[in-house]
Amino acid sequence: MWTAILLACVGCYLLKLAGLSLPERVLSHPTVERVADLIPVALLAALVAVQVFSGGTSLTLDARVLGLGFAVVALLLRMPFLVVVVGASVVAALARLV
Amino acid sequence: MTESVLSPAERSGIIRDGLAVGLATGAYGIGFGAVSVASGLSVAQTCVLSLLMFTGASQFALVGVVAAGGAPLSGAATALLLGTRNTLYGLRMAPLLRWRGWRRVAAAHVLIDESTAMAVNRPSVEGARLGFATTGVAVFVLWNLATAIGAFAGEAVGDPRTFGLDAAVGAAFLALLWPRLKDRRNILVAVLGAAVALTMVPITAAGVPVLAAGGVAVLVGVLSKRDDPTEYPGPDDVAGGHR
Repeated sequence: MWTAILLACVGCYLLKLAGLSLPERVLSHPTVERVADLIPVALLAALVAVQVFSGGTSLTLDARVLGLGFAVVALLLRMPFLVVVVGASVVAALARLV
Repeated sequence: MTESVLSPAERSGIIRDGLAVGLATGAYGIGFGAVSVASGLSVAQTCVLSLLMFTGASQFALVGVVAAGGAPLSGAATALLLGTRNTLYGLRMAPLLRWRGWRRVAAAHVLIDESTAMAVNRPSVEGARLGFATTGVAVFVLWNLATAIGAFAGEAVGDPRTFGLDAAVGAAFLALLWPRLKDRRNILVAVLGAAVALTMVPITAAGVPVLAAGGVAVLVGVLSKRDDPTEYPGPDDVAGGHR
């Protein structure tokens, strides 16, 4: 675990430093820009899906879905990040009590 | 781009905005600390992530993959892929900040969504530097304090299911994704990415499905013809940036 953490820390720092140090034309190819813009979208969406609908290597449906439902509503209402996240936890925890 | 001297009112306005973003972002560092410990990392590992990695989405991604049972190295790979967007921010910020030497080396560490958002629209180098530095340092200090508090709190809670902390992770990723769902291509990529990941869950090791979704981004990016100027976060896209 420590190896993975330290590798990722060093890598993330080098990615930041590269951005500030490389000449801008290095990444100015339109395809590279499009892919780089879309990567966070695809990864974050996949992380949402995997976090909410899976347990280990199987698909599951439990109280986390209700938490996600609350998060969607809260985001539509433009509530702050903390309300979205804490609210989702509370909804899931309450659902498990019922 | 002019080298104007900021008025005292402008300076304090920029500093105030940076501190507000720092406070708002710091608050959700508590969430990161608690979630990370709940995912099986130690308090020390959690604090090192906030100190050294210091880029929220990548940190959440690493602990998220580990929480789902993935290998730590898959988590690291996911974190690095998400970290590539900081490179794009850097390319945009370099000509605005014009820092060299040790200042650039230090600035790189606090090159994140929030510091970029609060500097990218400033009309002068001085304003951009002030916005970037104030926001970067405020977020760094508060994010790390909050991480430590959250990590100890999470350790006290024990089982993440008790307070629904496992549901908090999905909500956190959705909140990070939300500002990017403004155009149809991004929504399509998000839906496809989620679908690919879920399809892979039963047939691959945990951690692989999320990386596979990155393939969707590559495919759509290569096939799509429409020009897409790189999107940078603005003050409206970060916690505490809008009012």
